[in-house]
Amino acid sequence: MELFRSANIDWLGKKWIFLGFSLIFSVSGVLSMLFWHHVPLGVDFKGGTQITVHFDTVPNEDHIRASLDKAGVHGATVQQVSGPAGAVADDVIVKLPLSSASDTAHDQGRSEVEQALQAGYHDSGFTVQQVDIVGPTAGRQLTKQAGFAVLYSLIGMLVYLWFRFELIYGVAAVVAVFHDTLITIGFFSLTNQEITLTVIAAILTLVGYSMNDTIVVFDRIRENLALNRREKLSDVVNRSINQTLSRTVIASGLTFLTVLCLYVFGGEVLHGFSFALVVGILIGTYSSIAVAAPMLVAYQDWRTKRGKQASLPAARGRR
Amino acid sequence: MGSNKLAGRIGFIVAVLVIFVYGIFGIPHGGFKQSLTDRIHLGLDLRGGIHLVLQVHVAEAINTATDRDVQSLNTALATAGATATKLDPLHPEVITVTGVSATQQSGVHDILNGSAYSGYDVSSATGGYTLTMKQAAIRDLESRTLEQSIETIRERVDKLGVSEPVIEQYGLGDNQILVEIPGVSNADRVESIIQSTAKLEIHAVVNSYSDMQSAMTALNGVVPPDQVLMKGSNGAGGADEVYLLKRLAIVEGTDFRDAQPSTDENGRPDITFNLTTEAGDRFYKYTDDNKGSMMAIVLDNQVREAATIQSAIRDQGRITGGFSQDQAQDLSLMLRTGSLPASISYLETRTVGPSLGAESIHQGVVAAIAGMLAVMVFMLIYYRGAGINADIALFLNLVILLGFMGFSSAVLTLPGIAGVILTIGMGVDSNVLIFERIREELHLGKTAAAAIQDGFGHAWITILDTHVTTVVSAGILFIFGTGPVQGFAVTLVFGLLANIFTAVFVSRTIFDYLLSKKARGAALSI
Repeated sequence: MELFRSANIDWLGKKWIFLGFSLIFSVSGVLSMLFWHHVPLGVDFKGGTQITVHFDTVPNEDHIRASLDKAGVHGATVQQVSGPAGAVADDVIVKLPLSSASDTAHDQGRSEVEQALQAGYHDSGFTVQQVDIVGPTAGRQLTKQAGFAVLYSLIGMLVYLWFRFELIYGVAAVVAVFHDTLITIGFFSLTNQEITLTVIAAILTLVGYSMNDTIVVFDRIRENLALNRREKLSDVVNRSINQTLSRTVIASGLTFLTVLCLYVFGGEVLHGFSFALVVGILIGTYSSIAVAAPMLVAYQDWRTKRGKQASLPAARGRR
Repeated sequence: MGSNKLAGRIGFIVAVLVIFVYGIFGIPHGGFKQSLTDRIHLGLDLRGGIHLVLQVHVAEAINTATDRDVQSLNTALATAGATATKLDPLHPEVITVTGVSATQQSGVHDILNGSAYSGYDVSSATGGYTLTMKQAAIRDLESRTLEQSIETIRERVDKLGVSEPVIEQYGLGDNQILVEIPGVSNADRVESIIQSTAKLEIHAVVNSYSDMQSAMTALNGVVPPDQVLMKGSNGAGGADEVYLLKRLAIVEGTDFRDAQPSTDENGRPDITFNLTTEAGDRFYKYTDDNKGSMMAIVLDNQVREAATIQSAIRDQGRITGGFSQDQAQDLSLMLRTGSLPASISYLETRTVGPSLGAESIHQGVVAAIAGMLAVMVFMLIYYRGAGINADIALFLNLVILLGFMGFSSAVLTLPGIAGVILTIGMGVDSNVLIFERIREELHLGKTAAAAIQDGFGHAWITILDTHVTTVVSAGILFIFGTGPVQGFAVTLVFGLLANIFTAVFVSRTIFDYLLSKKARGAALSI
């Protein structure tokens, strides 16, 4: 069996379609981050208390709210979550915002919630499964750490690509990855899904994955440029993309398949994580073809226009 | 490729397989599952437990140290008519000496430059001196405070009889401590035992007020630098009051020798404590000199009890005040194991119930197996014969990855399982890269042997580039990430290392083996 044996698609000719597509997604994400759902940070970063309660039978959300209200626990959000593979919802997440900006008030809320449920909930038994309390300092620390982790890993990759290829390759790849990250976070904002620590791990994974895809294409471009220096760059890029198309579709498809399994069977705890990967793998595959490679051509065009030497500093021949 | 060399490579692969299977199971004992869980350490998110991040308020230790030095300085300076004070609450490391007369200057200078105050930089100011604690001395004091806190918490946790607790410094230079206690179901008790800093002190009472506001009014809004306001109750069940205390404790945490739960004359639970001999002497002198004045027993910066000194006390005392039997028991345990040198506060508290952990494992494993099977089936259909290579490589990849986990005693977390799934995806990517390249070479009309040779040769560079970049990002993730994110990074790095071996070396060996069995020029199943 074989896919795309001799694909001959003019990818660069569609660059305006791609640009439009990328713009629509990134701009709508950014608009949502600015004006709509903002960046929906989870308890890990925002601080606060999150309590996961498992009920023996499917609980009544309103009843829980009423119990909390009656016990004087205010400002709590009650959210019913689905079990594995969308089964009956018998878990409930209760979230309390930070009670104060200082760490000393750290522990408040948890016992109140437990007592309120104890007092008001008689429909079935329940067990508290998970309690996460993150103080303001820890939240800030984790946010900072996540930010630095993303930033440093981008710089690390840029340096490696600079060393292996040329600076422009590194820049193009990093721009593509940044594009993917922006759109993925935009998706989280648009769908109002919380960004947790594991989601950050997923975003970093997608950074690595998208980079993989881009490198495979770049590698082929470098190889083809070394073979034939007189060919037009846009033709070389098109051919390189087409030559690696089978690999791109199969590898991304299979990775997508494993991630989809995670999304379907992984349960609530991994929901955000697998959602980020599902979105990220699609967008990461797209960006290596539609964002990273065209940037190389655009860069060369720009240099030509300025009267500089037209050769793409590509085939340094470090092979 | 000579057949000897090929045999050597196959032998090497078998050896690797055996070594890593050993890594996963160790010497088999007590059944499959038992051997597995003995070797592969599960993270808190998978086995349930408590994860705490504590902040140690090391500044308190500096404050206490300078308080003590102010007191000893005042004694030493008394003859010179000079006084030492701490003026700026924002800079507890600075002591000011004032009132030095011209004739006493050299005497004071000698005192300040004596070995007792070698931890300070002394500079002369108008009409006095300023002592600033040296940076090195501050750092030393901070790190000792942190170490002592870790020691104390470890002792307390050990007393609980839990297995494999983690108590270690956390973050870089932030004076934080990470406590992880796996598999604990009764989270509340553990938390309260660690949570109670059990910093027991006895302070002299200057005054008491009915509430914070009236205290501030009476003091004109300024608490004197050598005094401190503390809330507390006046005996058991009394109304909340606010006490103005001398900042420097008469008796501090390290002075306590022993503590036992007991009951008072009315049968209510209380705690009896003993002081060390040295502190007992000091306490005797103080109580003897200050009969009729008040002192307060302060626990964790809260006044538990304030009483008038009736008679001199040497080395024994008791804390009453509305304890339950359990509280008295836990508290005396904590006082016995030593109080923390500085108070702590919680930055992060996470508890995972064991049942949720079990459910998560189940779901993660189901997802991993489902994903892997789907990939394996696809590879067989799409690449036929070569699909077997890929499937063997994938399987071996998983074995090596888990073996790594067993050997390194790295912790498998839920995101770690996700890392395993991602490794499967990336492993298959390497195989696809190679196979597609071989197909291309075959289309160019090369022989099977040449196609394999060139296919691997070309794909290898790409695989190396993609893997190095991912390892770079995983490494950075490990350095800057925390707990679960680190777990993910660890599995990813191990997975990628395993992947380079299986996708390139093992797959190549299988191809070479097949070639050696085939007639020259026979077609390749790919």
